[in-house]
Amino acid sequence: MKHELKLYCEKSRLAELRQFISNTLVPTGLNDISQNQLILAVEEVCANLIIHSHDCDPHSFILLQINVNADNIIFEITDSGKAFNIIEYKSPEVNAVMKEKRKGGLGLILVRKIMDKIEFETNHSVNTCRLIKKIKSK
Amino acid sequence: MLSINKTAKENHLTISLKGEVDASNSVELDEVIQEALDAKSKYILVDGNELEYISSAGLGVFMSYLEDFQENQITFIIYGLNEKVMNVFHILGLDQLITIKSTKEEAEKSLDEA
Repeated sequence: MKHELKLYCEKSRLAELRQFISNTLVPTGLNDISQNQLILAVEEVCANLIIHSHDCDPHSFILLQINVNADNIIFEITDSGKAFNIIEYKSPEVNAVMKEKRKGGLGLILVRKIMDKIEFETNHSVNTCRLIKKIKSK
Repeated sequence: MLSINKTAKENHLTISLKGEVDASNSVELDEVIQEALDAKSKYILVDGNELEYISSAGLGVFMSYLEDFQENQITFIIYGLNEKVMNVFHILGLDQLITIKSTKEEAEKSLDEA
C-alpha cells in the first residue's frame, strides 16, 4: 500500500505529519513504541529539510511517500531544496551535544539508531531520502 | 500542541508539560527552563505525565542546560514519562545523563536526599 503526503514547509505542520504517519502505520500492527520511533525518525528528517533546506518557506513543500510492504516499510522523502546528504553528514556524539550546549544534532542520531537502512540520492535537483525499516512478515 | 504549567512549591519548581514537544514549540520549553535558571531555582522538576511526544528539538533543550545545572548545583529531575517518550530518551542514552524517576513521589523523595 502506498500513501503520500504533500507537506508544506512550516514547522506548525509537523503535527499533521505525525498524524499521517500514525494513520498509515495502523495496519502494520506494530506496537506503540515501534510506531512512535518511526514517526519520530521521519519527522526528524522532514523537520531538518523544512528548517535547513527550505528556511520554513510555507510555499515550498516536501513529499513523503510511505510504502508498507510485507517485510519492510519504506519512507521516501523527496524535495527540491538545498541538497542535504544525510549519509555524508557526520552526527556529533551525544556528549559533545551536551558539552557544547547545542540544541541540535540529536535528530539524525535518532534516525540512524531507529532505521535499518538510509539511502540518499540527488537527481536533476530532486533529492530523495529513503528510510527503510524491516518488519517481521506476518 | 504543547501547554506548559509552572508550580512553585516549597523549595522546588515543577514544570508540567502537556501535549507534544517538537521543532515548532521547543522554544517555549527553552524559555521556561531559562526563566527557572534566572530565578535561581535550586530544584527543578519536570512532570511528564501528560507529555505525549518529544522530538530531538525538545530533547536538545534539556541537553543544552545540563552543564548549567551542574555549574549552578541545580537538581534537575524528570518524572512520569510514558513508555513511548521514555524509549526516546533511552535510544539516545539520555537516561544516563538526566535523572529520570517514574513517579512524582520518587522524584520528591530524591529531592529530600539531594
